[in-house]
Amino acid sequence: MVKLFGTVSTLSDIVILMAMTDLKRIIKSGFINFKRGGSVSVAAVLQVLNTLAVIVVIILLQAVLYSSLNQIKDKVDVTIYFTTNAGEDKIMLLKSSLEKLPEVAQVSYTSADTALKLFRDRHVNDYSTIAALDEIGGNPLGAYLNVKAKEISQYESIANFLQGDDALVSGPTSIVEKVNYHQNKLVINRLNNIISGAQRLGFLLTLYLIISSLIITFNTIRLTIFIAREEIGVMRLVGASKMRVRGPFMVEGVIYGIIATFTILILFWPITAWLGRNMTSFLGLNLYDYYVSNFLQIFAIILLSGILLGVISSFLAVRKYLNK
Amino acid sequence: MIYFNNVSKIYKDAVALDDVTVTITAGEFVSVVGHSGAGKTTLTKMILADDKPSLGTVFFESIDVHKLKNKDLTKLRRRIGVVFQDFKLLPNKTAYENIAFAMEAVGKTDEEIASDVPHVLELVDLSHRIFHFPNQLSGGEQQRLAIARAIINQPELIIADEPTGNLDPINTHEIVQILKKINDLGTTVILATHNRGVIDSIGKRVITMENGKIVRDSKHTK
Repeated sequence: MVKLFGTVSTLSDIVILMAMTDLKRIIKSGFINFKRGGSVSVAAVLQVLNTLAVIVVIILLQAVLYSSLNQIKDKVDVTIYFTTNAGEDKIMLLKSSLEKLPEVAQVSYTSADTALKLFRDRHVNDYSTIAALDEIGGNPLGAYLNVKAKEISQYESIANFLQGDDALVSGPTSIVEKVNYHQNKLVINRLNNIISGAQRLGFLLTLYLIISSLIITFNTIRLTIFIAREEIGVMRLVGASKMRVRGPFMVEGVIYGIIATFTILILFWPITAWLGRNMTSFLGLNLYDYYVSNFLQIFAIILLSGILLGVISSFLAVRKYLNK
Repeated sequence: MIYFNNVSKIYKDAVALDDVTVTITAGEFVSVVGHSGAGKTTLTKMILADDKPSLGTVFFESIDVHKLKNKDLTKLRRRIGVVFQDFKLLPNKTAYENIAFAMEAVGKTDEEIASDVPHVLELVDLSHRIFHFPNQLSGGEQQRLAIARAIINQPELIIADEPTGNLDPINTHEIVQILKKINDLGTTVILATHNRGVIDSIGKRVITMENGKIVRDSKHTK
């Protein structure tokens, strides 16, 4: 029994050893083929590089798009103006019930005194307004709540909530002077449409660029393998297994991906640095800071895309000639 | 060893093999002769299962070669060495690597490859060309390299399809002598050629083909 197990272990050792030897030979052949491929290898690397460049540009464009959209979204809010005799306890009650709404991102309270101070500061050079204010005496301004929703589309439901809260908002005892949502409704809706349109367009553009780059890269790699189609036939005729024929081409695909990844990531370092120095105010985002702080994620996406692109293209392209 | 049973191969507009029945026994040296298009190459392709017959069956020993699955076909091809008119060497590999590749395909170790490759290159008189690429070798040298690759795994059968078609008379003579030597050592050889002179110099069994048919099959002695 012991001897039997001993034999099995020796056999499995031999199988593992053979598989390791095969793997070593496949990897070595891949490197040698890449080196001897010369201009064909360079062309394939350049094509993978183009596709990866498109992916990096898309990542950066998405960052710019989302940062711009966020900035626009940040400028949109709903303000609830209270009557001058509204009690602070009632306002705070409304504030806390607003904060409980899932759509609400933030509610900020400005007291009547602060509102007056802000008004005076804003009109410090407007002599007639300040004089009119002094003439009235006291504080004609009420407190207000500034509400920010998580998404632009959610302002309507917040406005509906305020309308539904009868005790506070409507009737003779209403403490609410006005809610500016209805005045801004048209602008907010239009902005909402523009933002969702921009996101949809961005997605379609991304999809188009990625698909077209993938097809071009696949065809370039297919062309490099087309050149070696007779070689593939000869390898099969001398008894090489499918994996032994296909393996080196896939290793070459991995090499294309790795070289293209490192080249593209190095190239984008100075490019984003230049964009960060000269285009930050135009783009609304410092692309260099974005590139550096997200470098590991971008590196992982690009490396994975590069390797998968090379390996899958090679795998599919060789299959055509292996089955002949 | 090899048995063709009523094999026909019909392409769209031509009949390449027409009801061929023939047996080749182990250790034979068989020359298949005929004009271009007579069906010689199709006959050899059938043994390698490089092409499928339209009708009939081809046996290698007791195996119907066209019923083999991919994996088993690979194993069968390892038992056969092939030499082509256009050499079919791997252009991006040196003479050494071309032979090493055939050894790797059958799972030989690095040590076996390192010891056997120089030996077989010496046998075909190419020791001085070991690190040359095929395009750096003459036609005769390329064919000797192809023969070295074909015999390196000590196959049971060598198929040589017009191996001298691209060679001058001196190189042709050399290649024929090498094939005869291989046969003398016990390997079955099938040589397809249109060159009568080559067959005459061998003096063994000759199968004559015309329009896909075997028209004559005889022991040919001078």
